[in-house]
Amino acid sequence: MLAQRDSFGETIVDLCDLDPRVVLLDGDLANSTKSDKLASARPDRFFMMGIAEQNLVGVAAGMASVGLKPWVASFAAFIATRDLDQIRVVVAQPKLNVRFAAHYSGILTGYTGRTHQVVNDIAIMRSLPNMVVVAPCDAVEARAAMFALNDYEGPVYLRLTRDPAGVVTAADHRFELGHALLLREGSDIGLISTGGQTLRVLDAAETLERDNISAMVLHVPTIKPLDVDAVVAAAAATRCILTCEEHSVFGGLGGAVAEVLCERQPTRMQRLGLRDVDGESGPNDALIEKYGLSSAHVVKAAKELWSSL
Amino acid sequence: MTVDELQRLGNDIRRHVLRAVHHAGAGHIGGVFSAADMLAALYFSELRIDPQRPHLESRDRFILSKGHCGIGLYAVLAMRGYFPVDELFTFDAIDSRLQGHPDMTKLPGLDMSTGSLGQGLSPGVGMALGARFLHSDFQTWVMIGDGETQEGQIWEAAFTAARYQLANLTAILDWNHLQQFGWPTSQGYAGVARRDPTESPAQKWRAFGWNVIECDGHDVADFRRACDRARRTLDRPTLILARTIKGKGISFMENDYTWHSRPISDEDLAAALGELDRADEPQRTRVERS
Ligand SMILES: Cc1ncc(C[n+]2csc(CCOP(=O)(O)OP(=O)(O)O)c2C)c(N)n1
Repeated sequence: MLAQRDSFGETIVDLCDLDPRVVLLDGDLANSTKSDKLASARPDRFFMMGIAEQNLVGVAAGMASVGLKPWVASFAAFIATRDLDQIRVVVAQPKLNVRFAAHYSGILTGYTGRTHQVVNDIAIMRSLPNMVVVAPCDAVEARAAMFALNDYEGPVYLRLTRDPAGVVTAADHRFELGHALLLREGSDIGLISTGGQTLRVLDAAETLERDNISAMVLHVPTIKPLDVDAVVAAAAATRCILTCEEHSVFGGLGGAVAEVLCERQPTRMQRLGLRDVDGESGPNDALIEKYGLSSAHVVKAAKELWSSL
Repeated sequence: MTVDELQRLGNDIRRHVLRAVHHAGAGHIGGVFSAADMLAALYFSELRIDPQRPHLESRDRFILSKGHCGIGLYAVLAMRGYFPVDELFTFDAIDSRLQGHPDMTKLPGLDMSTGSLGQGLSPGVGMALGARFLHSDFQTWVMIGDGETQEGQIWEAAFTAARYQLANLTAILDWNHLQQFGWPTSQGYAGVARRDPTESPAQKWRAFGWNVIECDGHDVADFRRACDRARRTLDRPTLILARTIKGKGISFMENDYTWHSRPISDEDLAAALGELDRADEPQRTRVERS
């Protein structure tokens, strides 16, 4: 079990060692985002900006404009909604090299309640021109993504999760921006998922196999630009598609996949995610259960879809 | 360059802006005219820039946070040789590099995209921190509107700039007392003269830890002295509090909020250009004599 945020804290230090232009801007959350590792290891690269998230984004834009490679570390909820105008005007439109580390994404935010949960950040970020959106499934993929993104020119929204979870990514994995990963072959139903939800989907696929439904798992760590060919191929190789995400069913991965399939490969599909509701406080397993994201829910949704064909 | 010459360049900015806005059919005028003399002084005397090398890393940075006055910035950039003056007539046209608000991806010489008010000072903080990080001695200058300082983000930026003692950052506050629609006076919303509620910006900025220098934003010599003092301040960011008049230079535009942004008729254009010519007359003779 590894937490994406711990991986973030370690990797940002490594990136700073690797690249003299990498810096991190903190909005007084360094002990939550684990950027505190950088604050002690490389204080020259760590900029505390106070509890002032709109300014945080603008300062990063200014740094990027003079040649630095700033990471903005905050919570997904604040980045995606409170800072949206700043991101649109001074980062996305001018295509500046700012990376947003959107911590505490989804609803597993450690007993915060809905003020600290944004259920539509993927929808918001992927609809911004020039913005790249990445949601790794585990701590190892998060680290690999950070190294890959360091070589990318332009704004990036990296969606990270808080709590320790399983790891399916190989230690030597090389992250390729814009590439979906076929984690499991299957011919009946295609399960397409992103972020931490992919781990629950992999469990579900095994259960489905035991029940004689062959489930493919396509993990989509880059939601934008979407690996359109991989999505179309998944639909072509199976009989129906179920998208799964710890996010609203509006405009996230499910929306992106539906857009592609409508145009390229009309396919019977279903979206699993939060259905026009916000989250709440609670232990992770209870939240996952109540909001319909557990592997049992994935299995149930897959079977319903399969039997409706 | 002499003060008289700079003063005349301020009016040249006004001429270009009047013609471009007239041609485009709409545009901001009032806030450009309050800033015009300072823009002339900045681009022809204060900023360390090279129009032939607009991307030079060591250049001074200038952010027009009150991005709605972009046409004034375009005018001075053209006059300074960044692009042909004739291009000013493409302002707001389709495919133009001169967008309604400054777009740094389109036109060389623009150091930041602006237009959503309240946002420009923060990138200025980032540039000043960047300069320090890169051991570069360039200065960062940010012009903000007084109405714009009603935005909370300005004060977030003000706080952090002071906290990091960014002496290489100077903000210029165009204190023209008007904004787009404005606040009521004792006559309510009647009439065109409004006063903003920014009674004592100097006190507020000092309280935030800034070095505040007041000057007359239409007196180029006074403004240049302020810039010089800003550069020589080594422990804190500086705010140049520039007393200005919205619509400055044109009798029927001065202190009238409706000239914030509007189309200009043929008659008004002719009248305004005439006023500018008469204003420059004595100066021109002085320049010619010297
Ligand atoms: C965030 C935001 N809100 C509103 C506007 C619309 N707007 C453009 S200019 C302006 C008034 C600006 O006043 P001030 O800062 O005093 O500028 P000046 O008078 O110098 O032109 C307003 C409200 C905007 N551009 N951005």
